[in-house]
Order: sequence, then C-alpha cells, then structure tokens
Amino acid sequence: MALLEVKDLQVYYGMIQALKGISFEVGQGEVIALIGANGAGKTTTLHAVTGLLPKKAGMVTLGGKDITKIPPHKIVEMGMAHVPEGRRVFAHLSVYQNLKMGAYIRREKEEFSHSLEMVYQKFPRLKERRNQPAGTLSGGEQQMLAMGRALMSQPKILLMDEPSMGLSPIFVNEIFKIIEEVSAAGTTVLLVEQNAKKALSIADRAYVLETGNIVLSGNAGELLNDESIKKAYLGE
Amino acid sequence: MSFLSYLINGVSLGSVYAIIALGYTMVYGIAKMLNFAHGDIIMVGGYAAFLAMVNAGLSPLIGVLVSIVVCTLLGVVIERIAYKPLRMAPPLAVLITAIGVSYFLQNLALLLFGADTKTFKSVISFKGISLAGGALQISGVTIVTIAACIVIVVGLSLFINKTRAGQAMLAVSEDRGAAQLMGINVNKTIALTFAIGSALAAIAGVLLCSAYPSLNPYTGAMPGIKAFVAAVFGGIGSVPGAMVGGILLGIIEILAKAYISSQLADAIVFAMLIIILLVKPTGIFGKKIQEKV
Repeated sequence: MALLEVKDLQVYYGMIQALKGISFEVGQGEVIALIGANGAGKTTTLHAVTGLLPKKAGMVTLGGKDITKIPPHKIVEMGMAHVPEGRRVFAHLSVYQNLKMGAYIRREKEEFSHSLEMVYQKFPRLKERRNQPAGTLSGGEQQMLAMGRALMSQPKILLMDEPSMGLSPIFVNEIFKIIEEVSAAGTTVLLVEQNAKKALSIADRAYVLETGNIVLSGNAGELLNDESIKKAYLGE
Repeated sequence: MSFLSYLINGVSLGSVYAIIALGYTMVYGIAKMLNFAHGDIIMVGGYAAFLAMVNAGLSPLIGVLVSIVVCTLLGVVIERIAYKPLRMAPPLAVLITAIGVSYFLQNLALLLFGADTKTFKSVISFKGISLAGGALQISGVTIVTIAACIVIVVGLSLFINKTRAGQAMLAVSEDRGAAQLMGINVNKTIALTFAIGSALAAIAGVLLCSAYPSLNPYTGAMPGIKAFVAAVFGGIGSVPGAMVGGILLGIIEILAKAYISSQLADAIVFAMLIIILLVKPTGIFGKKIQEKV
C-alpha cells in the first residue's frame, strides 16, 4: 500500500478548474517528482494534498487513512510536512525560533533537542545564524531554513515545492544533495519542480502535469531519456 | 507641581488607552483585521460590571470578574458568528462587518439599558495617596490603572514568548498559511486572540468608568477610536508599541487639555497621528525588515 495516495483529485479556483481529476501515489521511502510547466497545477496539487485548498472531488489517503477533509494542522500531526513555494519562513523571527515553530507538534523536550541537533548538523549555516532574523538570510539559506523547519516535525513524508526556485546552481546542488540524504534516512519525498532535469536525476518515479492533468508517468530514468520530455522540459 | 499631576493623569488615561490598544493590535496582528467593535466591548464591560454591582449587589471584585467573563464570551461569539465566515473575504467586507457589529452593540445597549447616562460606582475603594504635603494628590484609580497596565503588558509579553499558544499567535501573525503547515490550528488561535483582547477591553472598561464615572451606550466609541490611534501610533501589530502609543496619547491629551484648550485636545491628538504617520508610516515600533528576495 502506498504511503500517500491521491485519487481523481479535482480543485477549482472559483469557476476555473485547476486540477481535472489527477491520481498518483507515493510509496513508502520513494522520491517522487511532480514536474510540469508554470501553471500546470503542481503547487495546487501540494496545497490540496496538505489541506490548504479545498477539494471539489477526489480522495487523498495518508498511510491508508482518509485525509480528504482533514484540516492542515491535523495532517501535519499525522506525519506530513510541506516546504511551501517561496520558502515562507517567519521573516521577523530568528532562525532558532523558526526551527522551534517547525517542532510545534513535538512537545517532548528531548525530541526537540534531538531534531535541532540533526538539523544543525545538516545545515551548519543555520547554526551559525541561529539568532539572526530569518528575513535577513539569503534565498538559499532561507530554503535551507524552510527545509530544516519542516524536518523539525520528524515527518514520514516531506512535500517540497520548487526548492530550486531562484537559487544559484551551488545552492541548488546543495539542496538536492540534502533531499537525497533525507530520503536515504527513510523519509518519503514528494518533490515539485520546474527544474525537471534536476528533479528526475534524484527521483525514483515521476509524474508529468500539464494544465491540470497527469499526461505521463514512469520511472524517472526513463523519463529523463524520453524524447517528448527532453523537448518540452529539458530544453534539449 | 500641577505639571507633575497632569503628567500622572496623562499616564493613567494613557494606560487605559494602552490596555484597549493591546486588544486592537493583537487582533490586527493575528487576524489581520481592524475590529472596530472593540471599543464597544469596553462599553459592554462597563454595563456588565455596573449591573453586577448595582443591580445584583455583588462586590466590586466580583463585578470586575463578571465583566471579564461576559466580554470574553462576547468577543469569542462575535468572532465566530460575524468574522469567521469572512476568513477568505476581502478585507473591506470584514471592515464593514466590524463597523456593523459596533453599531449593533451600541443599539442593543440602547435597547436594553436605555439612553440615559448611568453613574458608575468606582470599583476601587483605595483612596489614593497625597505627596509633597498635599500638593500632589494621586487617586486610587490612577495608581491601580497604571499598575494594571504594567501587569498586563508584562503578562502578555511572557504569554506570547513563553507559552505554546503564544508561539502559535506569533506564527499566525507572521504567516497564516505557513503557521498551518507547522501544525497550528489557526481558527483556535484567532479565537483565543479575540478572547484575550475582549478580556482586556473589559478591564479597560471598568477602569475607564471608575475614573470617569459616566456610562452610556456610546461610552466605548471615543476611547475605542483613540486606542486605535494609539495602536497605529505605536506601530500596529506591536505589543510594546500599543503600550507606548497609548501612554503617549494619554499624556498628549491631558497636557493639551490643561495648557492649550480642552475643546481642541482631541483635534491635537489626531493631528499628532497624522504627523507621526507622515514621518514614520509604520508607527514608532512598526516592523520593517529589509527582506532579501
């Protein structure tokens, strides 16, 4: 049984249908990439899965439990963490306070220090800047903070929305290296990316979204060599 | 000596403004709305204490507690019925609703209690102190009001920084969507904010009516607007800003009344707001961090 299962998901913005009934699944321990052009519905999909957007139809299950109508804060408690597009760090709070917010659902003090240790180890830069307001960090550092914050809740599945957006190639490589580490440590990853090449290079499987429909899916390595994908998304 | 006495009265009146402004500023910071009915909660608080003490013959302390309970419940109910359904609506719709709630409360009070002004019995029996051989008199209400303001500001700061619910408020005020993704229940956090803000309005109402013992359905309107000015003055959304803004406003108002003209005092207060906003649009403690993109 898949850890996350999405069946015939439909989402509307007013009268406009943004998702036209998409289905996909993310197995335990997999890294799944959701790729597609701007406006294809990638972010909408993540928002609907985490409950930030209402769903018109369809069903979402996490670990076999129906979460279609569960509010976002409860879904987080069930083990899903979402690193939103644009990072959305708490700009006026310090790096440390941001990480503390990430552990909001973890009440145990020991668990908190353990997670904090783990995040600081993964992102030494965050430790250096722990007392600095998050809004003063560079884009790449903010992305690291957003990831670190999500990991503080010790999620079973990590949803990441465009982690490479606006970052220099060095930061992009670093972020993707850490995604691989997180995955190796046993966390399931659902990755939304415009940088299809990068996403496919670390994913196990991928789905291609086009104007609210999944048009293609398969093994990431195969998609990387698919002629139509190369043409449309890899710029080759 | 009279200057010092004016100054102390100013701080005292300012403390009431500050307590009201805290409610304004918290609700604005967390729910991102201007609750124009906040001032009328003060009036309801005044009536609740008045009825408990005069009609039911309860002690002043119980009167204050009744007032706090009534206002807290009222604040939560108003949020649930009038504002929560508008969570996704444009800000203007929420603002108009808040003005509607304000008129509703005023007219409901008019219907229930009549238009006549009631003489409020001070809840503070402590007579006050006399300094410098009687040249400087400080009333009990003045002392209690200032003390209450200090206790509230310190308590609120501790609550926000040290408790889980306070942290949730901080997160929601920064970014509601991201706060949800941390596992924070936004609706509960907003309801709690209204509860705290309304409880503070009750305390402000009782203190205000004790210092200026006339109570009618419009009692809360002007202090409400002045507290809003105080909150903007200090930087809306900021707790220390509300306190400093409130106290400054109280001092300016009393000094203007004493030395310039009591008719012009309010005009001077609002003129100060305009000047502050021209010089520093975010208010004294307004947050503005240069964000890197």
